[in-house]
Amino acid sequence: MVDNNIKILVVDDFATMRKVVRNLLKQGGYEDIVEAEDGVMALKALKSQKIDFIVSDWNMPNMSGLELLKAVRADAELAKTPFLMVTAEALQDNVVAAVKAGVSNYIVKPFTAEVLNEKIKKIIESLQK
Amino acid sequence: MNVQFINPFIEGTVSVLKTMAFVEPRAGKPYLKLDTLAKGDISGIIGLTGSAAGSLALSFSEGAILKIVSNMLGEDLKSINSDVKDAVGELTNMVSGVARKNLEAAGFYIQAAIPTIVSGKDHSIAHVMGGPSLIIPFEIDEGVFVVDVCLAE
Repeated sequence: MVDNNIKILVVDDFATMRKVVRNLLKQGGYEDIVEAEDGVMALKALKSQKIDFIVSDWNMPNMSGLELLKAVRADAELAKTPFLMVTAEALQDNVVAAVKAGVSNYIVKPFTAEVLNEKIKKIIESLQK
Repeated sequence: MNVQFINPFIEGTVSVLKTMAFVEPRAGKPYLKLDTLAKGDISGIIGLTGSAAGSLALSFSEGAILKIVSNMLGEDLKSINSDVKDAVGELTNMVSGVARKNLEAAGFYIQAAIPTIVSGKDHSIAHVMGGPSLIIPFEIDEGVFVVDVCLAE
């Protein structure tokens, strides 16, 4: 049984997309959601509160999703945080780069609430095994 | 422009709007655009580089974009505000992503920049390669929009 009572950090430079992802997560029963507009702000949020799951866009100014992923995996305290990469970049090289950097899974835009919440559920289930 | 470039952008546009905004746009007949005048009230433009280079613009009439973003956010929007501008950027990004993925299957490896947004009546679209560009017109019940592509190998 997957616990929906987790705090999810949604990272995207577009406020509208953060709102869309927030709405989709709510459809999956996830209510505790915080937002950050880029990788730099995401790291600040991760340092200041306990975040259970990261849903991050790839293509952002200041610090990209890939750079954020690398920073999270390199930080002893944050390294095990599940990381779902949201991307319009489904190109093979990008997928390989994200997997090498330790992404938990990735989801290609556009996507439905069902697909997003199923990906999250599977990542959490795999961690519970 | 290579005709192989047309379908990936049509498929990308329909797929993105159907999934994210629950609308089913109807595509019209593509034609060449010789000037820089936008065909809508708000446009998102994104630069493309790689084995084909140029730019993609999505240009929406007010009626079309208000319906699309209202559906995306689950809110009833009445005018073009910052949420709408933001959404146009994201939609441009997503259409470019799906189209580039489809083009990859055809052997073209293309990267995209971060989109910029232009709004206002009679604004212009400056394509990276100059032009002419290919216009693919679309319509939904609430208004029209176009995909404006200028891409060269």
